[in-house]
Amino acid sequence: MSAVQTNTVPQVEEHDRAASITGRAYLSALMRDRVAFIAAIFLTLLLIAAAGADFLAPYDPNRANLGARFIAPFGTARDGGFHLLGTDELGRDLFSRLMHGARVSMSIGLLGALCSGAVGITLGVLAGFYRGLLEDLLMRAVDGMMALPSLLIALFILFVIGPGFGNLILIFTLLHWMVFARMARSLTLNHQQHTYITAARAIGASDTRIILTHLLPNMVSPLIVLFTLEIAVLILSEASLSFLGFGVQAPQSSWGLMIARGREYISSAWWLVVMPGAAIFLTALALNLVAAWARAITDPVQRWRWLTPPRRKNQPIEDDE
Amino acid sequence: MRAMQQSETQGAAPAPLLDVRDLRVTFDTPHGLVRAVGGVSWTLSPGETLGIIGESGSGKSVGLEAIMGLIKTPPGHVSGQVMFDRRDVLTMPERDRRQLRGEKIAMIFQDAMSALNPSLTVGTQIAEVYRLRRKCSHADAERKAIELMDRVKIPSAKTRIGNYPHEFSGGMCQRVMIATALALNPQILIADEPTTALDVTVQRQIMTLLAELQREDGMALVLITHDLGLVAETVDRAMVMYAGRLVESAPVSALFEVPSHPYTRGLIRSMPRIDGASGKLHAIGGTPPAAGRMPKGCAFHPRCEMRVERCGIERPNLRPVGKNRAAACHLAEEIPHV
Repeated sequence: MSAVQTNTVPQVEEHDRAASITGRAYLSALMRDRVAFIAAIFLTLLLIAAAGADFLAPYDPNRANLGARFIAPFGTARDGGFHLLGTDELGRDLFSRLMHGARVSMSIGLLGALCSGAVGITLGVLAGFYRGLLEDLLMRAVDGMMALPSLLIALFILFVIGPGFGNLILIFTLLHWMVFARMARSLTLNHQQHTYITAARAIGASDTRIILTHLLPNMVSPLIVLFTLEIAVLILSEASLSFLGFGVQAPQSSWGLMIARGREYISSAWWLVVMPGAAIFLTALALNLVAAWARAITDPVQRWRWLTPPRRKNQPIEDDE
Repeated sequence: MRAMQQSETQGAAPAPLLDVRDLRVTFDTPHGLVRAVGGVSWTLSPGETLGIIGESGSGKSVGLEAIMGLIKTPPGHVSGQVMFDRRDVLTMPERDRRQLRGEKIAMIFQDAMSALNPSLTVGTQIAEVYRLRRKCSHADAERKAIELMDRVKIPSAKTRIGNYPHEFSGGMCQRVMIATALALNPQILIADEPTTALDVTVQRQIMTLLAELQREDGMALVLITHDLGLVAETVDRAMVMYAGRLVESAPVSALFEVPSHPYTRGLIRSMPRIDGASGKLHAIGGTPPAAGRMPKGCAFHPRCEMRVERCGIERPNLRPVGKNRAAACHLAEEIPHV
């Protein structure tokens, strides 16, 4: 396949380049990077499983079946039901519960990162762009918030306002916006020194336009990495909060909550802890791997290195012009 | 071309297009108030090419950026008067000023590679001017961008419009920069060392292009540079800046023939000559003063070969010496005869 591509690339009309770069080139670049490709497939499957848990899960995640308690992975119940990852103390299918838990964990990770990112990036860019009092106040606030033990604060606030999905998102926004604000501010400071910002001002662009069309696109690539990593961090935080009993409440289920429940049976039914633990670990790992790939692919200066297929050995290097 | 313009300017002495009076720029730094430009006055006639010469840090770029309104205030502070179209640019509201930028006064920068946004295609960046100021549709703006790229002689503009700045050479980037500056047919183009980052043959091409475009559109050009050769070739009138002040202003031929300021003379003597005797180049001893530590009297006197006692006490003002020229030196009249 790569042979076909190397031959066709020089023949592609230059004005087709922009078009051809969007779809297939990204896909084939992803496929060349095996590790990122596997991670991306894993995440895609996970998203499908989470979104379609209602139709795809083999069992009702909340239906207890006392005749089928503690069945080991790959085991079959007495009534003939096959349980890929085994069952828990109430005979509920672990695989189905993981799928439903994925929905909660993933949406908390995504929504939490989106909300804290929106708040943090907005404040950070404004602070870096306008400097002055706003910046001083904001950055001192960031320093202060970073010094707080976030888990304790989260526990305290959740204790006051009560646990639940919406409150978790609120807490995560409150405790994680600083990460984005800090990075957005430093990126803004850095890019503001470039002549192209002055040049944009010299053609009469307004502040809003400079921020939206000149600053932000140049900040996308590091921010996407941070965003991806932050999803992983939030999934882990949600797990610890649910583990401590302040996160998602039964009958809703999340991976963290499943570990918390399974802890009592760790000596007799290891899979109750290991399976959701592995799910958390693999998701965080996959997000990290995809983040590295996303960084490379969103950088306009580096992008072509990833998007143009490697030449075959012994093939003379042609002039692209 | 220069001769033609000179005869024009000498004929009727048209009203100046831009009238800068006592422009001062200071910066508030942790080490105290630093004066970057200290009271500079000059005028620019329509269609004229004005050269501003000076070492790094002499205030030549800062002064022009202040006129464009590109200095951040605070920490910067700009005072004086800049009259354009019978209005003071420095006191007009920011909204009006933004209208002026690009529309009437455009600017191109030293390092075109970094003056273009790396994450947008060059076509987008040229078209942006039309989208922003003329509210053109996407297709319209792109068509006009291609026309402009043709005008600044970027080969196969149609296909290169989707390229990113890093896929262009330095000279091509400068052409893109010029295209964005010319998009709205400004009356004044400020070129801040437009060729410094380019190699010699490309320098020549860019300057030829600028001269050509200037002739077509009849705009005035302010060329900021430290390249005396460039000034001698392209400029009608030249101003020499030292330590934030004008030290000499003269028609370019007169300036090179008989400089009336020791600093100008030193600069011209330190140029390599193709005809003169070979051997060591002349150099002006010492370094320019740091902006925070100006010497008393004439800022140049510690480095001046001709200083007299008066130079260390009294700062010479810019005063007329001969036809169309001015110099800030106590000995201006005597210098040509030394």
